[in-house]
Amino acid sequence: MAIETKRLLTTSRAISEGIAQEMERDPSVFVMGEDIGTYGGIFGATEGLLAKFGPERVMDTPISETAFIGAAVGAAISGMRPIAELMFVDFFGVCMDQIYNHMAKIHYESGGNVKVPIVVTTAIGGGYGDGAQHSQTLYGTFAHLPGMKVVVPSTPYDAKGLMISAIRDDNPVVYMFHKGIMGLGWMTPNPRATAHVPEEPYAIPIGKADVKREGRDLTIVTVSLMVHRALDAAVDLATEGIDAEVLDLRSIVPLDREAILASVAKTHRLLVVDEDYRSFGMSGEVITTVIEGAFDHLDAPPVRLAYPDVPIPYSRPLEQFCLPSSDKIAAAARQLMGR
Amino acid sequence: MPDNKTLRDMHYQLVRIRLFEETIQKVYFEGKTPAFDIAAGTVPGEMHLAAGQEPVAVGVAAHLRPSDAVTATHRPHHIALAHGMDIRKLAAEIFGKETGLGHGKGGHMHLFDPATNFGCSGIIAEGMPTAVGHALAFKKQGRDDIAVSFFGEGAANQGAFHESLNLAALWRLGVVFVCEDNAWAISVPKDKATAIANNSDRAAAYGIPGVLVPDNDPVAIYEAAGEAVSRARRGGGPSLIEVKTDRLFGHFEGDAQAYRTPQELALLQERDAIRAFERRLIESADLTAKDAQDAWERARTEVDDAIDFARSSPYPEPSAALQHVFA
Ligand SMILES: Cc1ncc(C[n+]2csc(CCOP(=O)(O)OP(=O)(O)O)c2C)c(N)n1
Repeated sequence: MAIETKRLLTTSRAISEGIAQEMERDPSVFVMGEDIGTYGGIFGATEGLLAKFGPERVMDTPISETAFIGAAVGAAISGMRPIAELMFVDFFGVCMDQIYNHMAKIHYESGGNVKVPIVVTTAIGGGYGDGAQHSQTLYGTFAHLPGMKVVVPSTPYDAKGLMISAIRDDNPVVYMFHKGIMGLGWMTPNPRATAHVPEEPYAIPIGKADVKREGRDLTIVTVSLMVHRALDAAVDLATEGIDAEVLDLRSIVPLDREAILASVAKTHRLLVVDEDYRSFGMSGEVITTVIEGAFDHLDAPPVRLAYPDVPIPYSRPLEQFCLPSSDKIAAAARQLMGR
Repeated sequence: MPDNKTLRDMHYQLVRIRLFEETIQKVYFEGKTPAFDIAAGTVPGEMHLAAGQEPVAVGVAAHLRPSDAVTATHRPHHIALAHGMDIRKLAAEIFGKETGLGHGKGGHMHLFDPATNFGCSGIIAEGMPTAVGHALAFKKQGRDDIAVSFFGEGAANQGAFHESLNLAALWRLGVVFVCEDNAWAISVPKDKATAIANNSDRAAAYGIPGVLVPDNDPVAIYEAAGEAVSRARRGGGPSLIEVKTDRLFGHFEGDAQAYRTPQELALLQERDAIRAFERRLIESADLTAKDAQDAWERARTEVDDAIDFARSSPYPEPSAALQHVFA
């Protein structure tokens, strides 16, 4: 019997491969950010790029986020396709003006005459005790501000395809990778952070959700690391006869409302799992979508499991108390099923 | 020149801070070997240690009172200890324990201590505007307390650096800005990030004194700081001090430092400022070899006590995570 050997990559490698392939195809693509050159990005998303493309196209920047994110805006308007990495999403405050008043608004303000094709990459997520300024999952913040797409992959395969789409997109795209999905040697291993990734370039459309597990009894809608937590919970639930569907949104903007409605129309129950803060965010948006579009299909009130509205504590027992986990997801699913 | 008592105090401070950092380093790797997992072990999260940079903190803090405000960075332990933070509460906070400064909520990059008016931030350069605000408050309150803001050379390219210097100069506030130039911002060397060689030159752009201390010498730092602190106290406005210092360990623990050559790393160990200072004090008879040894032993006892305290302290109740969002 022939054994098919498929190439395995970590998510971080899949991202850097996607970037490299686009850089080869399109000379206007370049990368800049803090420690993205020699270091290869603190989370490995630009590993190997400096050696391949040299310092003109892979530029370490000073710690000057307003200047280099703003420079990406200017360069994009002038015909380049910059990818700018800003290490942790928690640091965006220092350059938020360039992001939400410039990067995200110039296309609209110009009446569609000016395009701003940037990819801003950054790391999200906690769970390893890094405290309130290094552990946030702020995709809801960016999703709330119109004018930029917000992409949040969960697997190596999606990460590469979505990166290629993000680079080719004529809009600003905020591309957020969770530290816990990157397959890094120094993070608690996540077995699904290494998987088969095709060598050839491929694009995954931004705005298309993906059913990561088919199920009959309830729909778990989530993104990023929480997809894996939900899949783990689904395995436990299956042993109890509860068949959960896991819907990975893959991008928050645009939001694949069709996919959410279709899944809930099938299962009649909705659980949203969100590592971002609970209020005014993704979980509320998904539930509202279902209330507006599939209310009659619901057999039970929707449930959300999210990060409570508190800054992220440093101490491990406190942080674990706050974070959604597969056990908490399973418990919420049982509650939803009336068990 | 500091008097003999000050020199001996400074020596003790340097020694206890170094032992504290070395001990935290050991504890940090507990439970993280053989396979390094940042989430595992006694102390989670990132850990930025300041071994090599102690002279900056100690030389400046020798002029400070507990009521002076100090803001520090993501690499804060040396500054916190030099300014008088309770070593047990610091250790317990690093362990995430109930007895820590912030009951384990802040952690090693987010230390806040009303007793010594100390704060720090994990966001680069963002302690600098806060220092301006402390000094503004002191002026409004008619106090002769001052604010000192420590930051790395990497932070000097942030808007917050320039805006803070300008505001402090404009309002003639009692702030001393202290740049710890260890030549590296994680993996990016200063000459690849900053268009000029010395950040002290930037003071000229704001019409304030800028002083370069070209080596990591506690006495030279003490003298430069003495002038800046007394100017600030008597209402003479802010100043900027830049010290060329050394980061002996990685940017964070677990950093293999592939971006630095083995020769550079060896040279750093060789020119360790604490050992050099100690040798000088013995040569000048300010300290006997026996005194020096006693200082290391005394500091070892103090550090071990703090670590034992942290280790044996309880964790906070998990649900305490929900408290303290609002006052
Ligand atoms: C606004 C912001 N950008 C980036 C970072 C990530 N970061 C943490 S430390 C660091 C390097 C800081 O270098 P420097 O200011 O020289 O201080 P050092 O670490 O050398 O003490 C960087 C880039 C951050 N914490 N905050």
